[in-house]
Amino acid sequence: MSVTETASEWQKAAYIAGQAADARVNVELEAEGMTLNIGPQHPATHGTLRIVVRLDGEQVLWADPVPGYMHRGYEKLCEVRKYPQITTLVNRIDWLGSFANEVPFILAAEELMGIEAPPRAQYIRTIFFEMARLANITLFLGDMGVQLGALTPVFYAFRDREHVLNMIESATGGRFHPNYDRVGGLKDDLPKGWVAECKEVMHRIRTFCDQMDDLLVGNEVFQTRTRGIGVIPAAVAQDYGLTGANLRASGVDHDLRRDDPNIAMAWKHADFKVWTHPDGDSFARYWVRLQETREATKIIEQLLDGLPAGPIMTKVPRIIKVPEGEAYVQTENPLGIMGYYVVSKGDLGPFRVKIRTPSFNNISIAPWVLRGVYVPDVITILASLYFILGDIDR
Amino acid sequence: MTHVLAFEYFPLLTAIKIIVIMAVIPLGSLVFVYVFLFKMMSHMQSRLGPMEAGPHGALQPVVEAIKFLQKEDIFPERADRLVFGLAPFVVLVSTFLLYAVVPAGPRLVVEDLDTGIFFAMAISSVSVIGVLMAGWASANKYALIGGLRAAGQLIAYELPLILAVVGVVIQAGTLSLQGIVHAQADGSMFGVSVIGNPYVFTQIIGFVIFLIAAQAELTQTPFDMPVAESELVAGYMTEYTGFRFLFFFIGEFGTAFAFAALASTLFLGGWYIPGVHGTMADVLGPVALAGKIMALGFLIFWVRFTYPRLREDQLQKFAWKFLIPLSLLNIVGTAILKVVR
Repeated sequence: MSVTETASEWQKAAYIAGQAADARVNVELEAEGMTLNIGPQHPATHGTLRIVVRLDGEQVLWADPVPGYMHRGYEKLCEVRKYPQITTLVNRIDWLGSFANEVPFILAAEELMGIEAPPRAQYIRTIFFEMARLANITLFLGDMGVQLGALTPVFYAFRDREHVLNMIESATGGRFHPNYDRVGGLKDDLPKGWVAECKEVMHRIRTFCDQMDDLLVGNEVFQTRTRGIGVIPAAVAQDYGLTGANLRASGVDHDLRRDDPNIAMAWKHADFKVWTHPDGDSFARYWVRLQETREATKIIEQLLDGLPAGPIMTKVPRIIKVPEGEAYVQTENPLGIMGYYVVSKGDLGPFRVKIRTPSFNNISIAPWVLRGVYVPDVITILASLYFILGDIDR
Repeated sequence: MTHVLAFEYFPLLTAIKIIVIMAVIPLGSLVFVYVFLFKMMSHMQSRLGPMEAGPHGALQPVVEAIKFLQKEDIFPERADRLVFGLAPFVVLVSTFLLYAVVPAGPRLVVEDLDTGIFFAMAISSVSVIGVLMAGWASANKYALIGGLRAAGQLIAYELPLILAVVGVVIQAGTLSLQGIVHAQADGSMFGVSVIGNPYVFTQIIGFVIFLIAAQAELTQTPFDMPVAESELVAGYMTEYTGFRFLFFFIGEFGTAFAFAALASTLFLGGWYIPGVHGTMADVLGPVALAGKIMALGFLIFWVRFTYPRLREDQLQKFAWKFLIPLSLLNIVGTAILKVVR
């Protein structure tokens, strides 16, 4: 029995597309150029993204990203799980900033139930959301160096990211996958002495940002490799649905943390700047993320200072049953805008969950931006677009 | 009586020379791998590096070498077997011969050629052929791109390397490396002849160009595009395993060692220690040379572990539009001063 007999229409289409990509790779030396298969196993794809590029010498004629090697069927899995169980699942979407994946889903469930977490829980949620951003983006700041051949920055990134992970672990019990958010509040309150220790870590992260400023941003070789490489104009970025730092690096001043005041999070109580860069090149994307890391530390410090007392859990029934309805909640995640569209039929679990992940849209611009660049720039551009494979394929 | 001494006996002498070369380069590359790749890099990156084998992990390079020897020697299915198998040897031979002309003392030199530096520059180009052979015979697209990049880069940087040496040759008035060391030892700076006249002072431009071009010859960051691991997996070495990969690896660090030795001979006075002559110079000379090699090695690897890499076209632009004109100017300046003085 062949694959095409039992599969649905879209599965057939995906299968045919995959076969077509394979065929293009297998044609050895055609009339012009050479087809190079970057991935699924390639050191630069950090995960299993496969990109088929057609080369003329070292120049790319076209590039074709082939996602789907890590598809785990999370949307389907969400349908057969209860609401409290789903946070464990969605932790694994963007695995570097996992707490940030839990929040929008919980917010959607709360919206459907018509409840809101108490202020202290909102503050702590926001703090951990920003901690997830630090855990995610510090690694990018170092990893960009590795993609360009500088080996040292990534070790500094791992060294200082460790402190952030320690803080997350000491409060939640999990380093990578905290599973800390609950419908109506949080699992635990902060442990003793956490606030003071966290402020030290924020100071350390700012020192790390200064080091990256010296090591990479100020480096001539880094600048020649990134400035003017992979320029995405604002209009194109919006057309392709880019979000997050990639959009802001193209000069579009859009940040849901500031622009969405109705969301039940504590960003409205913090004073921070949304950085943009007019250039839209790889350097701008790096620079904007560097500034965002600094802003995130400031947000955390402000929220720690203004942390209100009170309960961390609102009154919820013992068995969480979400009334019939549908809700869409999106937040500004480390990689961009992440949204959950939750449809409930009044059961213990959702009827349907659609997850909008930022990396999928961010990588969709690859065929446009990779046309005509050189092979080394393919790596630079992909690294600066910054995707997490779990976030693309989920 | 003297002519029957064992050291004058030609076959024995040749055997000793071969053994010395065969010992120095692997030993030098092991030292470089341990000190710089394992330890210096680790400490720069706030980690310890290998600590288990030997004191402070000192035997780790030996362990690694044994590990590579045990591995299966894989030939890709569509590889050109003969060329694929020969390529590492071509690279390694070039490295070994490079060291044959570098003097470590007044009499401690394997072969004191009259055209020593000419020989060294010529033989260092042979490795390009090995790299190109490896890239072509692997039947791998990444290896092919890596091999071609390496060929383009090595040819482009051969020129500034040689032109940087020409300044030294003009100033010393000889092509022999032993002669260049003596010229530096006998020279004087502004009438002060205490430490002789290391050419690093008068030929500072040549010294910097030599180090930059050597960095490119060694395919090290910021010029490591042929083996750029984030783009080309491992470049021309992608398909190699076992002892053939080990040969490339020894070749890489052995050449770094040899280029550091050449640079210290050309620019830092080589084995010469002020006030030490005769047999003592033969004893202490290698120590002085080793110290200088390690200092230059530190410089080379410091840059390697810190900098990102350039792009291939930027590298070519840098070589042809900046380094070569600068080294030509250096030659003109040196020649004018030589004639005027």
